[in-house]
Amino acid sequence: MIRYTGKRFISVIPVIIGISIIAFMLGLITPGDPAAMALGRDGVSQVTPQLLENKRQELGLDQPGLIQYLNWAKKAIKGDLGKSYVDHTSVSGEILRRLPVTLTLSGYTMLLVCVFGLLFGVYSAAYLNRIPDVIMKFIMNLLMAFPAFWLGIILIIVFGENLKLLPTNGIDGISSFILPSVTLASANIAMTGRLMRSSMLEEFGKQYMLAADAKGIRRTQILLFHALPNAMLPVITYLGSCLGGILGGSAVIETIFSLPGIGSYVLEAIHARDYPIIQGYVLFMGVVYVIISLGIDLLCALLNPKMRLGGKA
Amino acid sequence: MKKKQMIPGILGVILLFVIIVCSIFAPILAPSNPYAVDMTQTLMPPSRQHLMGTDILGRDMLSRILYGGRSSMLIALAATAASMLIGMMIGTLSAYYGGLVDEVLMVILNIFQGLPGTSLMIAIAGIMGSSMKSLMIALVITSWTGFARIVRTEVLKLKTENFIEGLKCLGASNGTIIRKHVIPNMKGNTIVLFATRMGRCILSIAALSFLGLGVQPPTPDWSVMISDARMNFRSSPHLIIIPGLCMFLLLLSINLIGDMLRDIFDKKTGEAGGYQ
Repeated sequence: MIRYTGKRFISVIPVIIGISIIAFMLGLITPGDPAAMALGRDGVSQVTPQLLENKRQELGLDQPGLIQYLNWAKKAIKGDLGKSYVDHTSVSGEILRRLPVTLTLSGYTMLLVCVFGLLFGVYSAAYLNRIPDVIMKFIMNLLMAFPAFWLGIILIIVFGENLKLLPTNGIDGISSFILPSVTLASANIAMTGRLMRSSMLEEFGKQYMLAADAKGIRRTQILLFHALPNAMLPVITYLGSCLGGILGGSAVIETIFSLPGIGSYVLEAIHARDYPIIQGYVLFMGVVYVIISLGIDLLCALLNPKMRLGGKA
Repeated sequence: MKKKQMIPGILGVILLFVIIVCSIFAPILAPSNPYAVDMTQTLMPPSRQHLMGTDILGRDMLSRILYGGRSSMLIALAATAASMLIGMMIGTLSAYYGGLVDEVLMVILNIFQGLPGTSLMIAIAGIMGSSMKSLMIALVITSWTGFARIVRTEVLKLKTENFIEGLKCLGASNGTIIRKHVIPNMKGNTIVLFATRMGRCILSIAALSFLGLGVQPPTPDWSVMISDARMNFRSSPHLIIIPGLCMFLLLLSINLIGDMLRDIFDKKTGEAGGYQ
């Protein structure tokens, strides 16, 4: 296990470097001259070559790309993602300030996905090809085909505007997170449920199930204590990548429900062409995502000795 | 496969066919120009003259709905096809030549797979500006890895087959073997992944367009229409409900077809296989 952990940790390094390069390059491919734009923002109307040159030096744009990248990366390691072009606030400070909102939203969403995804999947598998299974499959197919933003708007119309049951924008206690997390969770619940179902079905075909059945163990017990733990492994791996999708997808949901999270921060930055924020967002999300997948992989290795020996199961 | 199991898939095919026909023949089917503004007829409910009502600028909704799937379907198709080509190329090279080539390509693949798809897509589309090109780049960067991985596994499996060894003995070149024997043999899984990725791409394009980073107004597009109508949903909810339903039906049909293809081609991969 220690060897596997070490190997897995080392394998993360090139991925993080790659992400940082891509995040940095996003700043380079921007249309227009960043120095000229920065001057424009400072309120300089007459842009002279001299001013431009000074600004370039100030922003470090006169150096070759590699040096620029290294300088940027050095700062990023220390937790400094630069300053916003617009209001000159620290990007990392703002990300951390907004992080709790996004994390709360993702947390509730993950909770819904885990509970209902597993429940739907196990329930569906337990009643294979009977009416409950058919109904569950139908529901999951429907959930998968709803575009999240549309579902969000419909939920706002129904529960917020017509029934006036739940708040639909801003943060006002736990109830403000109900609609956003349901919206964000719906498609993921369906996908997790389907994976859970097929993973259970795969276990059903194995010998130990027959043996357990022959020993006369009750069906629910076989289902919950024999098949479920084994069927969980691929689902856990999937949930990891699911969390990455949820963190990214929260941008859309945060805009619809006007939640002040990281996602709405970057969207505001995009509209204002505030590149350091976008770079910081990509790097931050990338690192978070890598850490999550690392954690999930280690968890799987802990649960499944086979993976430690043979790489990916 | 039992006939009964095929029913949802066939329904999906019919549904998709109808949507595609409507989109292709939109210029013929549409009762009026989807760009034609008529400020005397704004936010009209469905009537005989405008079967689906009109939007805030008095444009005929039915015409806009008919045109509305075109751009996202085309971009999704192009992006998925490009991802598939890149993925196939890299996957085949990696598996067939093995060794150092494989290792280097695998590191690159791992980097790209480690990227948070949605966040990166928002950033790329946001920075490069909203154009067809940036949308394509954003989609391809985040979806070629799935193809590369699946193709690599498949080729690794094929490589050990006797007939490949036989071909080598007969003196066939690597290029010929890859082109004529390896690629035709991995159709199944790739087709399944193509269908699932297609659905994901459409969803991503829809989300980006909704955020104002994808297809731009005044182009008639379902998600742009939803986004435009957000302020008027109280007076005319149909402006949000109808385009949403269209997108829902499109995604549903693609998902159903994907399931059917999976049942036909590969029974082993889990039902969420291919989803990242």
